[in-house]
Amino acid sequence: MTAAFSVRMQWLLRNPRIYQGMLGIGCFFLAWYLLVDMFGVWRFREMPKLVVGIKEWLNPDPVFGMSLFTAEYYMHIWASIYRVLIAFLVATLSGITLGIMMGWKRIFFGLTFPILEVLRPIPILAWIPLAIILMPGRELPIIALTFLAAFFVTILNTLLGVQAIDKVYFRAAESLGFSQLQTLWHVIIPGALPYIFVGLQIAMGACWFSLVAAEILSGNAGLGYKVWETYYYVQFPTMVSTMATLGFFGYISSALVRMAGNRLMRWREEMLAGI
Amino acid sequence: MMADIGELSIRNAGKIYDPEGIHLVALEDVSLEIKASEFCVVVGPSGCGKTTLLNAIAGFDQLTGGEILMDGKLLASPGKKLLPGPDRMVVFQHGALFPWKTVMWNVTCGPLKQGSMNLHTATEKARELLVRVGLHGIEDNFPEGLSGGQKRRVEIIRALMNDPKVLLLDEPFRALDALTKSVVQEHLLELFDFSPKTIFFITHDLEEAIFLADRVAVMTTRPGMIKKIVAVDIPRPRDYRVLTSNRFLELKAELGEAIHEEAKKAFEAGERELA
Repeated sequence: MTAAFSVRMQWLLRNPRIYQGMLGIGCFFLAWYLLVDMFGVWRFREMPKLVVGIKEWLNPDPVFGMSLFTAEYYMHIWASIYRVLIAFLVATLSGITLGIMMGWKRIFFGLTFPILEVLRPIPILAWIPLAIILMPGRELPIIALTFLAAFFVTILNTLLGVQAIDKVYFRAAESLGFSQLQTLWHVIIPGALPYIFVGLQIAMGACWFSLVAAEILSGNAGLGYKVWETYYYVQFPTMVSTMATLGFFGYISSALVRMAGNRLMRWREEMLAGI
Repeated sequence: MMADIGELSIRNAGKIYDPEGIHLVALEDVSLEIKASEFCVVVGPSGCGKTTLLNAIAGFDQLTGGEILMDGKLLASPGKKLLPGPDRMVVFQHGALFPWKTVMWNVTCGPLKQGSMNLHTATEKARELLVRVGLHGIEDNFPEGLSGGQKRRVEIIRALMNDPKVLLLDEPFRALDALTKSVVQEHLLELFDFSPKTIFFITHDLEEAIFLADRVAVMTTRPGMIKKIVAVDIPRPRDYRVLTSNRFLELKAELGEAIHEEAKKAFEAGERELA
């Protein structure tokens, strides 16, 4: 395990994409510094300065009450991660199950596809009132909204994944004497995995943006809620560092999905894009 | 005992595709008796219905006329339920090894899923057969990492592992380069000499047909009919030197004329369709 880990780390360090990525991020912050801190270009001067934002973020005694050294920061992070985690897991399990069933059994597809296609385009913001009416408490509506977009994305991609499996594999399975369940387990599920994981990456992104929308409208904790609160109280440096935190965890979560995908699909020579 | 050895009897087989009244006659009145353990090759221009015939034997597609029997049992006739199964294994034109499973899994899955062998026996037998066609040390690889020639051999072994009564090969070497092709052909002959099976082999390559076959059947272009059947009396075991023997060249000349006529007709029909 440790040997495998160190091999992987060595591979990562030799991979130019790591450095390219860091350079790209560096350019972004440099542009911020130049446009805002240094020259105060028109409109950009309204933004919090990079240096001020970083200083506040690293301040053990923050002006606006939240930084890397305060418990409140981690409380918000945990509140958001917890919601995303539950919503994503539920969306993955239910979405893959439904998508596989739809691709596997025609009758199931016939029954469910039209209604899903009607529900799918309804924007997450439009679901917010209904979620608040339907679900008890504050936490459940937010998790439900976070779940919803990811759920539809996962279903659709899983379904596409099943439909994209070359028919020749089904014929081979029939010839080889596979039972229906063996075909499901050894042909349909692994065959659909590439699409499923593309779907899961999109679903993870969908989770984060639905989460923020839901937290802004009905939360009392979480990174999305904090972005709105800091805006309301004109604490722009904290607002920007909270946004960056959202981005950071969004990136990490997508990377974890990709890693899981590459692990489950070692048979593919192509890896999922990204690090 | 003699009744269960893979005698194929194709009687007046017909297939009409009729989507929206186009009424395309793919097969017309095809009759062919294939003896047990005979290597029968069907040659014909592209689109002459060879694959349709193979699919009917395999149980992937229904006939609209005539019937096909194996050892006196009805396999296919109009209206009969399709019944693919491990007694008629297919090697597909573009290959159908499950890319998400290792070579060993692919090769042993048939007998394991049917419950006709235990893991140990299946693995042993698979090793033995793989070595026989010059493949060892690739058991744990995924198919994507193999060369075209290796994949074809693995797929033939996967079929043979099921101990089928009939082996159906649908232009299996089409995508291989000439050198690889000759090697894989020799491997197939070696397997055939080692344990003869009834083989129904489709190709449009005349040299391949003569090199492999006990009997070559030439099919006409649409509607597909049997135009000519020629017994290949070149003694086995055969190797590449056969390709330059006098008898080979005589047979090639004899069959070549028949095929060329059909190829020309097919080409002209194609021109007409395009015009």
